[in-house]
Amino acid sequence: MSIANNFFEIFSLPVSWEIDETLLNKKFRKLQLTFHPDRYANKNDFEKRLAVQTASTINQAYETLISPLLRAQYLLKLEGFDADQESHITSDGQFLMQQMLLREALGEAKESANHKEALVSLSIEAQQAVAKIQTEFAQYFNAKDYNQAFDTLAKMQFACKFVNDISSLEEELEEL
Amino acid sequence: MALLQISEPGQSPQPHQRKHAVGIDLGTTNSLVATIRSGSADILPDEQGRNLLPSVVHYESAGISCVGYEALEHNSSDPLNTLSSIKRLMGRGLDDVKRLGNKLPYDFAADEGGMPKIKTVHGPVSPIQVSAEILRKLAGRAELAFTGMLDGAVITVPAYFDEAQRQATKDAATLAGIKVLRLLNEPTAAAIAYGLDSEEAEDTASQRLIAVYDLGGGTFDISILRLSKGVFEVLATGGDSALGGDDLDHAIANWLCSELGMTHDLNPVEQRVLLETAKYAKEELTESDTVQLDILDAELLLTKDQLHKLVDGLIDQTLSACKRAIRDAGVKVNQIEEVVLVGGSTRMPRVVQKVAELFDLKPKCSLDPDLVVAMGAAKQAEVLVGNKSADDMLLLDVIPLSLGIETMGGLTEKLIHRNTTIPVAKAQEFTTFKDGQTAMSIHVVQGDRELVSDCRSLARFDLQGIPPMVAGSAKIQVSYQVDADGLLNVSARELSSGVESSIVVKPSYGLSDNEITQMLQDSFSHARDDMRMRALREQQVEADRMLEDLRAAIDKDGESLLDAAELKCLQVALDELQALRDNCDDHRQLANQIESVGKSSEDFAARRMDASIKQALAGLSLDEALKE
Repeated sequence: MSIANNFFEIFSLPVSWEIDETLLNKKFRKLQLTFHPDRYANKNDFEKRLAVQTASTINQAYETLISPLLRAQYLLKLEGFDADQESHITSDGQFLMQQMLLREALGEAKESANHKEALVSLSIEAQQAVAKIQTEFAQYFNAKDYNQAFDTLAKMQFACKFVNDISSLEEELEEL
Repeated sequence: MALLQISEPGQSPQPHQRKHAVGIDLGTTNSLVATIRSGSADILPDEQGRNLLPSVVHYESAGISCVGYEALEHNSSDPLNTLSSIKRLMGRGLDDVKRLGNKLPYDFAADEGGMPKIKTVHGPVSPIQVSAEILRKLAGRAELAFTGMLDGAVITVPAYFDEAQRQATKDAATLAGIKVLRLLNEPTAAAIAYGLDSEEAEDTASQRLIAVYDLGGGTFDISILRLSKGVFEVLATGGDSALGGDDLDHAIANWLCSELGMTHDLNPVEQRVLLETAKYAKEELTESDTVQLDILDAELLLTKDQLHKLVDGLIDQTLSACKRAIRDAGVKVNQIEEVVLVGGSTRMPRVVQKVAELFDLKPKCSLDPDLVVAMGAAKQAEVLVGNKSADDMLLLDVIPLSLGIETMGGLTEKLIHRNTTIPVAKAQEFTTFKDGQTAMSIHVVQGDRELVSDCRSLARFDLQGIPPMVAGSAKIQVSYQVDADGLLNVSARELSSGVESSIVVKPSYGLSDNEITQMLQDSFSHARDDMRMRALREQQVEADRMLEDLRAAIDKDGESLLDAAELKCLQVALDELQALRDNCDDHRQLANQIESVGKSSEDFAARRMDASIKQALAGLSLDEALKE
């Protein structure tokens, strides 16, 4: 990426966990108004290609920063921690136990007669868990305790995956 | 009120040359072409004043006999050579076509690559060629209206079209000699036509969520958009590129068939009669509760209730897709403020009723659902061709289906998830498996299923020219780039040596560039001189554009971004191009010069892009400083 040193810089935002979403949205649109390939429809092939690359980078940067999970991963990557989704596991045994229980609850919800309500309440619980982990991440990250933040990131990945699994199950049951 | 700009006498600026751009809706059943005249989108009719062009082509042994209404007349008498619903075959392989079953009464033949060709008395023709004939006819309407050449077109495609289907559409346009400014998604085009971005949006910060439900003849699309003034941002899209009004007709036809006790394989004429009757019944039942049908010497009564039983399953399929799109957009159904109906099949009251129930809204359909997509495309074409300032319109679209590659065991690994904003790029690193390995193969698929066999195969890429190394030490970076049209481009490089690997693309269901060139040459040979004039004119337009662009760029940034020698060099190249443009009548020579000027100005273009990025970033910081 040659257009900036990091994704935050693209939007002239400070490198930080806290982000002003409204401002990010506004800046994203402003940049796309300038660099979207449609602005280059009348240019030659080379310039068109440049615009496609630039707009792609802007999109990727936006997508990374607007998502709390991807933003957390990216912030730690900038600090030299590479969170490969598969291999990165938390050492917090209590958390893992709790997640196992939640998984079991998901299995039961699927079988239960009124699975719709069961899934909704499970989904709320899971989202609250994610919010709590995010607060934890913010504390460690802002205190520059990157090792702890990295461990918390593993939890966040776990918990976000669970939220996604609930919603795919909801989708699956809906389509039956 | 805007002030008129008036220049000093004798110093009038170059009269602005208006360019001719159109929007084309290439539909399953009907196609249309529209343009902007005195500020509003007009459909360009044929000489008899008809807006629609039936997407039907009739072949006779000498070649194309006719397109549109005339072709439609051969429907019953010569069904095998009267090709309709061709859009359903675009970008499809022979296997997919077989899966479509007996819906299309044609004889198919495969070419070497497994692409379906339809057998006609003229010989086998590909769906791309048939679509090109329809596009050519529409371009003809436009050129008649403009009394001049067409500078470019925006062609609409279903939002749910995959890469192969998009590429096939673009190839058809190339074959028809049309410059494609953009492939635009049909629901987005509809939102533009309605001007939904600026409705009740006096306050520029205000945003609203809308859904566009588009049920065409052969395709279904649902898009969820977030609109603010001038910005059309697609949050999620979904649909079924093989479900449309045709299927409703087939459901009714199947019922007729069983009521009539017809158990034998239907001949093409019987199939057509059943379908015609089904269509008639469907249309009659929009107004009345029962319809009396005289068919193949029998009489049948169809009631509205019975009709609903026949079509509800299909309509429910569209509603499931709506729910999924809403979920993908990360919104709740009650946050959606407006639902817009597009496509001829949304005239059916049952569809309107069911959509209204799902969204709990009265659907909007004030514009003719058959015309609205072409009108939106015309508006976008006007902007892209450069007639209208683009300052306040931005379309952000998404990729409808995930892109992935095949990994061990026939599984897919997703690279780009569905509903990611495009353009988008992803890079991936591979290594070699054996000592001295110099080639590898990558299979790119599109779809959201785990198994490769459940996804659509897009292409196989053979990487060649990897420098021989010990197994596992080569690092090959493969970059996948999806552009704003949703089309994929793949490049690869070996990182430790920097060697650019060559890529041989075998599109699974498309035409290779060579095949397109061949087809173009074949069509040129018909009227060689005419075509040569046209090709020359096209290159002249291209040269003019390049001269104008580069001269403006030099005026603006030449001194700051180029040193004296570079500037001189570029100016000499431009003068040569100008001389050639004015005096040369060989289009190939002119094309070569254009390419060479393009090449030699690449550095300048890259520097200008860098400079404008810096400027934009500075602008963003400034905004903030002012606010504080």
